[in-house]
This record gives sequence, C-alpha cells and structure tokens, in this order.
Amino acid sequence: MIRPFRVERRIDAPAWLNWAIPVGAVAIALAAGAILLFFLGVSPLAAYTAMFKGALGDAWGISETIVKAIPLTLAGLAVGLAFTMVVWNIGAEGQIVMGALATVAVVRYAFVDSSAAMFAMMFLAASIAGGLWAGLAGFLRARWSVNETITTLMMNYIAILLADYFIYGPWRDPSSLGFPMTAPFPDAARLPALWGTRVHVGIFLAIAIAVLFRVLYRWTRWGFELRVIGNNPKAARYAGINDTMNILLAMFVSGAVAGIAGMTEIAGLQGRIQPGFSGGYGFTAIIVAWLARLNPLGTIFVSFLLGALLVGGDTLQVVMGLPLASVQVLQGLILFCVLGGEFFRNYRIVLSGRGE
Amino acid sequence: MEILIPILSAAIRSGTPILYATLGEILTEKAGVLNLGLEGLMLLGAFSGFSATMMTGNPWFGLASAVLVGMGVSAIHAFLCVSMGANQVVSGLAITMFGTGLSALLGKAYVGETIRGIGILPVPLLGKVPVLGPVFFNHDPLVYVSYCLVGLLCWFISSTRWGLTLRAVGENPRAVDSAGLNVTRLRYAYTMVGGGLTALGGAYLSVVYTQMWVEMMTAGRGWIAVALVIFGIWNPLRAAFGSYLFGGVGALQLRIQAAGTTVPAPLLLMLPYILTIVVLVVISVRKGKGILLGAPAALGQPFHREERD
Repeated sequence: MIRPFRVERRIDAPAWLNWAIPVGAVAIALAAGAILLFFLGVSPLAAYTAMFKGALGDAWGISETIVKAIPLTLAGLAVGLAFTMVVWNIGAEGQIVMGALATVAVVRYAFVDSSAAMFAMMFLAASIAGGLWAGLAGFLRARWSVNETITTLMMNYIAILLADYFIYGPWRDPSSLGFPMTAPFPDAARLPALWGTRVHVGIFLAIAIAVLFRVLYRWTRWGFELRVIGNNPKAARYAGINDTMNILLAMFVSGAVAGIAGMTEIAGLQGRIQPGFSGGYGFTAIIVAWLARLNPLGTIFVSFLLGALLVGGDTLQVVMGLPLASVQVLQGLILFCVLGGEFFRNYRIVLSGRGE
Repeated sequence: MEILIPILSAAIRSGTPILYATLGEILTEKAGVLNLGLEGLMLLGAFSGFSATMMTGNPWFGLASAVLVGMGVSAIHAFLCVSMGANQVVSGLAITMFGTGLSALLGKAYVGETIRGIGILPVPLLGKVPVLGPVFFNHDPLVYVSYCLVGLLCWFISSTRWGLTLRAVGENPRAVDSAGLNVTRLRYAYTMVGGGLTALGGAYLSVVYTQMWVEMMTAGRGWIAVALVIFGIWNPLRAAFGSYLFGGVGALQLRIQAAGTTVPAPLLLMLPYILTIVVLVVISVRKGKGILLGAPAALGQPFHREERD
C-alpha cells in the first residue's frame, strides 16, 4: 500500500517551531471555539471581535489584561518550577488561597501603620504559607512517593474550604451587612496602584521573580540540578544530586511564589477576601507554564495573552451574555492543541516521493 | 446496628458514582494510559445524562448518552496520548478543564430544572434479608449493575485471555506488539470504555442520586476516584471498598450537619479530601515497605512502535 505521506522522527527541531507551534495551536483552538460558538447560536466573528476589543482595544482593556497577567505570571512561574523537575504541582490555586489567607491574617493581627513594614510582613507570611502548603505535598512525595498530583489537588479543595470557614466565620466583617467578606484593608496594607489604573506594583514583583527564575535556571548550579532531575532522574542520582532535598525545596519555592500571587492579588487589587476570590488563576497557570514551555520570560508573555483571554471572557459575559465557562472551554481547547502540536516538534510529515 | 443501617445504605448509594469512575480508570490505567480527566468526564456525563433525560423523558436514554459522550471525549485523550505521544498528565488536566467548562456552558439552561430519574427497586427475596437487605439490596438498578461490574471486571482482568492482554499492554506493550496485537487499538479501546464508565458515574449523580443538574456538582469526586485507583491497587474489589468508604464519609458528614453541630460546615466538608490524602499516604508508606504491588509498569508512557526502548 502506498501512503501519500509518512511520519519521520526529527533529529533536531528547527527554532521557528518554538513560536510556530504555540501560535498554530492557539489559532486552531480559536477555530474550534468558533465552531462551538456557532452551534450555541452566537456569531463567532462578533464574539471574537468583542473579546479582542474588550481586552486589547483600548488602554483600559490593556491595563485590565495586565491586572490578570500579574497573578498568572507568578502562578505560572510557580507551577513551571515544579514541572521542570517533573513534579506535578496542580495545587497553585490552593497555594494562592493560603498566601491570601496569610496576608489577611497579618493585616488582622499584626497591623502596623507603615507601608514598607506591612509589605515586608505580608510578603514573608504569604510566601511561607504558600511554601509550607506546597512543601507538605513535596515532603510526602519526596519521602514516601505519595502521588503529588492528587495531594496538591485535594489541598486546593481544603484551602478553599478553609478560606470559606474564615470568611463565613471568625473573619467576617461585622459591617458588611451580612455579606460574606472580610473587612477592607487599611491603606498602609494596600499595594499602590499605578498610572490611574487597577494595575498595582505586583507587576514589578512578577517581572523580578521571572528574571530571577531565568537566572536560576540558566546560570546556577541549583537550576542545573533541577533540570537534570527532570530530564533524567537516574543520571541525577548517579551524579550525586540529592533528589529528595531538591523536590522538597522546589515545591517550597513553587508554593511560596504562588502564595505571593495570592498576596499581590489581595493587597494589590481586591483589598479583602470573599468566596471565590482566587478566581481559578492557579489552574490557568498550568496552561501558561505549558504554553511558555516552562521558560520564565516566556511565562510573562503568555500570561499577558491568557490574561487577555480572561478579560475578553468578561467582556463576552457582559456584551453577549455568554457564561464565563466559555473561557474555560477555550482554555481546554488551547491546551489540547498545544499538546497535539508538540508532536510536530518531534516528528515531521514527509510527502511520499520526496527524498526517497 | 439500627443506626448504622441507614448510614451504610447511604454509603453504598453515594459511593456508587465514585465506584463507576474508579472502575473506568482501573481499565484505562491497566492498559497503560493515565487519564486525569475523570472530573471533567464525570461533569460531562452528569450534564449529558440530565439533559438527554429531560429531552426524551427516559432516564435510561440519558445514561446511554452519557456513556457515549464519555467515550467520545476520552477518545480525544486517547488520540493525544496514544497517537500523538502527548504528556498524559497535562492532557488529563485539559480534559478536566474542557469538561468543566463545557458542562457549565451548555448546562446553564438546565439549572433548576427537575427530571423523573431512576427510582429505587428492591431486589425480591434478598431485599428482605435482615441488615444485608436494606444495606445492599434496597437501591436503584444502577447500584446492582455496579455490583455485577465489580465481579465481572475481577474475573475479566485476572482470568480471561483478554484480561491477560489488557494487563500486558500496561506492563509491557512491546511484548504485546511482538505477539502481533495492536497496542494502539487496545489502548484506544480501554481509554474509551474507561471514559464511558466514568461519565456513567457522573450521570448517576444527576439522573439517579440528586435528579438535578448543578454546575460543578461532582465536587472533586473524579479526583477522589483517581486516588482510589491507587488505594485499590488496581483491583476492582478493593476499589469498591474504597468507594463505599468515601461514600460513607460523605453520608456521615451530611448526617452530622443535619443533626445540628457546632462544627462549621466548611470544616466538615473538608473530610473527604483530608481522608483522600491520609489514605494515599498510608498506601504509599506500605508500598515503600514492599507490602503492596505497584502501578502497571508502562503507565503514562507512550508506546512508539518503530523505536527502540
């Protein structure tokens, strides 16, 4: 039987594939989403135009996109660090929640009227809370090979319920007219907003940590060890790299960065916590990390794109009455396409009759 | 004993959706494919089961359509993981995102609607046996189907030729390939059957158990099922025990709430998730001591026919 084409293993992936695959994947996902929208009775062209205009059409839209890109970058870096060593930290959502809870706790119980002191304390508390939350799963994985995918995921549910407990219980604001929310933060505990928008100084924190991660992966011994453990755990053990310690440490740092995302989101944007405040950033971060191919600087760029998708989803909800779940569907489709696209990094399709 | 009977009976009922998903995942993982999309598949099953029941008025039709949807969506997972060699963890997460989103998007119109689902059908004679009767044989037909399925799968996996092939495809796909069998086709088949069973578990929630549709109504049951596969060391009977244990915790927690307690609801709701972690730790510690068998050897690894290992 003569086939019109055959599949061949690539020896080297050409550099242009690094951007062609994600771009192609997003394009195909949007096309698939268009078909879905069509069957829902919505004009795909109108929907995508509304999304684009809402997210990137004017300065306000772009600023809102950046607002969402901040927690996405931080959480994307967090899960990317764990993924680099093939440790599946699916728990960024819970770590964000724990970071936010620690932030609220600091403001409630240790408030001082100084922005600098508050920032330092909130930063520390959030990173320790997130770090310990992830570190527990890391410890169980490193010590007894407990499946970290499931533990981190279960700890998401536990963290969110813990937040609910505080929001509905001891931390509920008595002056909120019965709404379940904590009291608003005093000014000294708020991160300043920039340029008259809702963008807050968390943006510098996100960029700084991304650069730090880049340096870590590229030029430090620890970064090298992480990559070796991820690529070839056996070789790592032969080389005397302590994988138990590294998994523990990487999970702690991963959780700490996610916790910081929770801190900036609460102190920079929302100023209080209420049910559902974490907004699924921890899950979207998984797509961010995967689309960015775990590259820290790429994470910033991809976060901006997915931030635009989220803002576009908000617009879609307001303008066309489509539920926010439509964005989740698009996210799932993008992830499918990126995964499928990886195939073309390793293989190429050759038309028969050529090169034989 | 009198107090225990209703709790045990409720444990069976609320454990059944988890059991279907766990049995499905056992088949999928035995074939060497890890499907972390159970949560999404259950939600799609719950939604499609509910909507098809509402449209046709026939709950059995709803269940059948849930199975078909589950098979179709898990075929995406099979395509990505088996044909394209994609990362199975991430693909499973994508299935969960897609399923959660799609069920919420399409299900918006069905929130608050009610259906006539499947009711209770006591087994004649057996249902009258003291203690065992009310606990095991006073349920809806799908519970009885799940009993049969547990027995069937135990026999199928350990004592049939097909079961041997299934185990081999998860342990050593190259050997299966050498024996002239098609690894790709087998893995597709078991991923899709597993997905169908998982979606049936979801449909049980909406069509039989609650008889309504609520967004995110599975509340992590899909993930608990993933953990139960490990807990049950890939054995259907142990998986059934685990599912009823979790069902029991769920039922108990509802009863504690109803009885009026000072413990706040969010803390009670944490119980199943904490239990999942505890159970996993216990299993992993014992496995570390060599007491238990591990996962299928080729679990999560794509098979490339033309390449050397």
